[in-house]
Amino acid sequence: MLDADFFRRWMTATAVSVDREADRLTALDSPIGDADHGSNLRRGFTAVTAALEKEAAGTPGAVLVLAGSRLISTVGGASGPLYGTLLRRTGKALGEAAEVDEAGFAEALRVGVDAVMQLGGAAPGDKTMIDSLVPAVDALPGGFRAARAAAEQGAEATTPLQARKGRASYLGERSIGHQDPGATSAALLIAALAEADGE
Amino acid sequence: MRMLINVPETVVADALRGMAAAHPELAVDVENRVIVRRDAPVAGKVALVSGGGSGHEPLHGGFVGPGMLSAACPGEVFTSPVPDQMVRAAAAVDSGAGVLFVVKNYTGDVLNFDMAAELAEDEGIRVAKVLVDDDVAVTDSLYTAGRRGTGATLFVEKIAGAAAEERQPLERVEALARQVNANTRSFGVALSACTTPAKGSPTFDLPPGELELGVGIHGEPGRERRAMMTSGEIADFAVHAILEDLTPRNPVLVLVNGMGATPLLELYGFNAEVQRVLTQRGVAVARTLVGNYVTSLDMAGASVTLCQIDEELLRLWDAPVKTAGLRWGA
Repeated sequence: MLDADFFRRWMTATAVSVDREADRLTALDSPIGDADHGSNLRRGFTAVTAALEKEAAGTPGAVLVLAGSRLISTVGGASGPLYGTLLRRTGKALGEAAEVDEAGFAEALRVGVDAVMQLGGAAPGDKTMIDSLVPAVDALPGGFRAARAAAEQGAEATTPLQARKGRASYLGERSIGHQDPGATSAALLIAALAEADGE
Repeated sequence: MRMLINVPETVVADALRGMAAAHPELAVDVENRVIVRRDAPVAGKVALVSGGGSGHEPLHGGFVGPGMLSAACPGEVFTSPVPDQMVRAAAAVDSGAGVLFVVKNYTGDVLNFDMAAELAEDEGIRVAKVLVDDDVAVTDSLYTAGRRGTGATLFVEKIAGAAAEERQPLERVEALARQVNANTRSFGVALSACTTPAKGSPTFDLPPGELELGVGIHGEPGRERRAMMTSGEIADFAVHAILEDLTPRNPVLVLVNGMGATPLLELYGFNAEVQRVLTQRGVAVARTLVGNYVTSLDMAGASVTLCQIDEELLRLWDAPVKTAGLRWGA
C-alpha cells in the first residue's frame, strides 16, 4: 500500500532529479524550444518541496493536489499548467483515502494523463510529454521499474518525430532529430516513483 | 557571457525594480510581478490586461498607461506568467466594466490565461479574451499549435486600449481587438540568435554569413536558413510572405520592429526597403512605426507587421497614448 509519505518521497525524489538534470533538460530545449525547461521545472519542484514541508497534506490525494497547485502557481509556460494538471487530477482521482494500492494509483494516474491530453490537445506521437506518460501508465500494472523503462523508451522514441504541439511545432520538419524535453522530464517524474519505493 | 546582470535568477525582479524607479506613474508590484497604471481602476472603463514572458521589452510592461494597457504580468524570460499574477492584475484594474485579456498564441500563455479567466470569473470579474496569432511563418493547421502572436500584439493593445479609453463596452473592445488581429500579419528574420540569462549562450547556432527566415520572438530558430541577404532582399521576402496571406484593399499600418540588437540606422534603412516593396505592390501606407517594440532579448534582426485598417481603426490608432514604450498626442 502507498501512503502519504510515499507520495511526499515521490515529489522529493522528482525535485532532486529535476535539479540534477536541469542543465540537460535546458540543453534539450535549446535546439527546438527556448532553453528554459530545466530552470522552470527546478523552480516549480523547489516550491513543491517547500510547500509539502510547510503545509499539512495527510493523504496521498492531498499531497498530489498541493503539489500540482504549487506547480501551476510557480512554473509558468506550458509546463506549469500541464504538470500541475497531471498531479492535481491524479490527486483528485485518489480521493480522500489514507492509503492506495498500486492498481488504484495506476488508475488515478491514467485519469491525470487523460486530463493533460485534453488540456494540451496532444496525442501520442505529437512529440510531447504524452509520449512518455502514456507508455508509463500502460506499463504501471507491471510495477514502477517497468513504468520507468517504458517512460524512458517513450522519451527516446520522440527523437525522430516531428513536433505538432508547443513551441517546437513552429520549426516543422526541423524539429526532427531532437529528443523532446517534455517527454524527458516526464520520464524523470516516473523514474522517481521507483526511487520513492526504495530503489 | 557578457550580460549586464547580477545573477540569472533575479533578472526579472531587478528589471521591475528599475522600471518602478524610472516610472512613478506605474504601480510596480515586484514581488507578485504585476505592473498597473497607478490611477486604476478607472471608473467605467474596460480594463486591458496582457502578459507573457519577459525578454520582449517594451512589450508588455512598457505599454501600460492611458490609451493602452491597464496592467501587465511579466513571466520569467520567455515563459508565460502564472494564473495568480493575471488574477491579481485583473482584480487591481477592474472597475466593474470588465477585463479583456490580450493573449499571444503560445501554448503556455493560452493555458495560463484560460485558468486565470476561470479564477477571475469566480471572483465576479467579467473577462473576455482575444488571441493574437499573426505570424505567417507558421502554417496554420490542426496539427500545430497554430500561428504565433508577434507584432500584431502592439496594434491590438493600442487600438483596443484607445477604444476602452473612450468608455466603449467590453463586447465592442473585444470585437475591435479581434478585428485588428484578423487584419494583421507578420514575418520575422534573425541575423543572430539571442542569449537567455538562464542558458548564458546563444539559443541556436547561426554561422556567420547566414540568416534565419521566419523566426518568432523566443530564440527558437526559424523555418529556413539561407545565405545572408541584403536589406532590400529581406524586405522583398518578408513583405511577399505577408501579402501571400493578406490582400489589403485599404491602407495599412506598418510596424518595422527590431528584435533587440539591430540599431535604428539599420531599421530605418530596412523600412525604406519595406516601403519600396509596398509601393511596388500597390499597398497604401497610412502610418509607419519603426523601432524596438516586440523584442527577443539581444537577437539581431527585424520583423515586418502589416495591419489593414479602416477609418475607425486609424482614428483609434492616432488617439493619445502615454506609456513608457509608446507615447504620442498626450
